Amino acid sequence: MFHALVAIKQVPDTTNIRIDPETGNLVREGVPAIMNPYDAHALAAAVEWKRKLDGRVTVISMGPPSFTTTIREAVELGADRGILVSDRKFAGADTLATSYVLAEVIKAIHKEDPIDLCFFGKQAIDGDTAQVGPGVAVRLDFPIVTYAIGLRTIDLDNETVIVERKTEQWTEVVETSLPALLTCEKEIAEIPFASLPDLIKALRYDPEIWTLEGPIAFDANHIGVRGSATIVYQMGTPPLPEAGEKINTRETSVVEAIDFTLRKAEEAGVLGAMLGSDR
Amino acid sequence: MSARRFWVFIEQEHGEVHPVSWELLGIARSLASQVAQEAEAANEEVKVEGILLGHQVRSIAEKAIGYGADRVYLMDDAVLADYRNCPYYVDIVALATKYQPEVMLIGATTLGRDLAGAVATALGTGLTADCTKLEMGEVKGAKQKLLLATRPAFGGNIMATIVCRTHRPQMSSVRPRVFSAPIYDPQAKGEIIEESVEITEAEARACILEFLHAKEYAVDIEYSNVIVAGGRGLGGPTGFDLLKQLADALGGVVGASRPCVDAGWIGYAHQVGQTGKTVRPKVYVAAGISGALQHKVGMQNADFIIAINTDPQAPIFEVADVGIVGDLFEVIPVMIDEIHARKETRV
Ligand SMILES: Cc1cc2nc3c(=O)[nH]c(=O)nc-3n(C[C@H](O)[C@H](O)[C@H](O)COP(=O)(O)OP(=O)(O)OC[C@H]3O[C@@H](n4cnc5c(N)ncnc54)[C@H](O)[C@@H]3O)c2cc1C
Ligand SMILES: Nc1ncnc2c1ncn2[C@@H]1O[C@H](COP(=O)(O)O)[C@@H](O)[C@H]1O
Repeated sequence: MFHALVAIKQVPDTTNIRIDPETGNLVREGVPAIMNPYDAHALAAAVEWKRKLDGRVTVISMGPPSFTTTIREAVELGADRGILVSDRKFAGADTLATSYVLAEVIKAIHKEDPIDLCFFGKQAIDGDTAQVGPGVAVRLDFPIVTYAIGLRTIDLDNETVIVERKTEQWTEVVETSLPALLTCEKEIAEIPFASLPDLIKALRYDPEIWTLEGPIAFDANHIGVRGSATIVYQMGTPPLPEAGEKINTRETSVVEAIDFTLRKAEEAGVLGAMLGSDR
Repeated sequence: MSARRFWVFIEQEHGEVHPVSWELLGIARSLASQVAQEAEAANEEVKVEGILLGHQVRSIAEKAIGYGADRVYLMDDAVLADYRNCPYYVDIVALATKYQPEVMLIGATTLGRDLAGAVATALGTGLTADCTKLEMGEVKGAKQKLLLATRPAFGGNIMATIVCRTHRPQMSSVRPRVFSAPIYDPQAKGEIIEESVEITEAEARACILEFLHAKEYAVDIEYSNVIVAGGRGLGGPTGFDLLKQLADALGGVVGASRPCVDAGWIGYAHQVGQTGKTVRPKVYVAAGISGALQHKVGMQNADFIIAINTDPQAPIFEVADVGIVGDLFEVIPVMIDEIHARKETRV
């Protein structure tokens, strides 16, 4: 039987983020919380393979109690078990401390019910760091394949997986041993519609909550602010760039506007680049 | 004499160096100079050093010296011929454990991101992603200057400066084109130190079976001198045909805002901005782009920005050197003709 683990994070839906025109700050109130989109695709891939290989999917998430809604959503999409790791002392974690907690949880699950493949998102859209997946893989000593766009085969007998990953230059077809960890692009799988049985199951499902009290022990030196190597030292607003000159084609003419533009380009010393004469 | 080492990962694939490596050598040199006084007083040396892994890549190590490395640690072995996470990170961790660098900079490319998170975790240290500003500064309570790594947060609304107080090395990833490359000096002197590799093929854990579609991804907008970018104002995928004509006339490439990519008007490789590429061309034309923060953070370092927008209040005009208030479908055809005409009179 195939056992997949998916790490999911709840994030503010940044596509709907508003910016306060007065202060230039992010308006957090009323911004809906969603499952990190890459994690949703990672989950979809895990569920797809669970159906093919007759297996099960465990999801984990670290965050405040409000994250249970995202875990329920994962159950709607086909996850069998959901664990929320939640404790005030975990707060303020950077990626080093986050990867520690997630790795400890995965190790504990792996011990009682061996995991074949871990699915992570390529990155969380709130921080865009893409560091947690590689960090967890190192801590688990699992091989990692980042930027996965397709899973060709999972061979449980020979304990191998063949994955397509996308880099800037090409697509690589990589074979690696199981257990392994993938970080997933959206192409890895389409998000399916939830099935009725899964919807009903999710309604009644209560995620397990793991805290510092148990069921597993965490080293207090590795969690939260104390376990973090980095701190935010300062916050500031970005410097405002100087605006240039504007010309309105309604007040002048298109031809004049272009002429003006090219004259400015010449003054700035970039006209040659535009006319192909300084290459 | 002990040394404060500023390390740069020299990224290469199949013998081709990613130019971000040179950009990082430039900023590493500047960081090193910011602690020169302090180091001299403490009787310490300051070194800018490259780390280079690959197979048959010695000539790249020599080049790195020309771009400012005092020393290059070279791991040259068949097991490192293709980039793979495990052999690369294990070897770099071994090297860092041996030489104890103070700072390590890695390009925030797909390869660099894959690597940086693994190296930082294995070394148990902090990593700040996608920095846009780096400096060495005094921090209360610290004996030496620390790396102040600044990156945009909350979609560019806020700049957060991150420090890593006690763990070493202080690691940062930096996107291509955030810093400019130093001038290459063929006379520069430096040493190449060959290091042996820790990992054998049997321990590499991943086997690359094939490389696909190499050609299709070949739009290199990061390093183009001229970019003609379009936004939702293009109204649909055919709008990009017009932009392509202008880009061809200017000898440049086409860029795009995110909604165009999300709508499938053009491929992701063309996307400029926070979740796309950071660019720094000589000329950036923004047509039908409103200028949201997430777009601006990717292009505001261009030398010369021309914005074309029907809305005089569009925020793109705040960063434009020349703002043309007008309809791009009227402006661009005239611009194309004018460019062709001027090119003819020049030759
Ligand atoms: C987390 C996050 C990450 C993001 N990352 C990116 C990113 O990497 N890159 C990015 O670009 N965006 C990104 N965005 C989206 C960004 O916030 C904006 O939504 C986006 O940049 C707007 O694109 P646009 O300017 O093309 O469209 P719009 O904002 O709709 O602007 C269209 C403009 O076209 C003008 N126009 C219309 N018709 C014409 C005409 N005929 N001639 C001239 N002008 C015309 C209009 O006046 C308008 O200003 C991100 C958002 C979030 C939340
Ligand atoms: N708090 C968290 N709980 C569960 N998974 C997480 C958490 N943070 C990050 N991840 C996973 O790590 C991936 C990369 O996150 P990041 O490194 O923050 O960009 C995400 O897509 C998730 O799969």
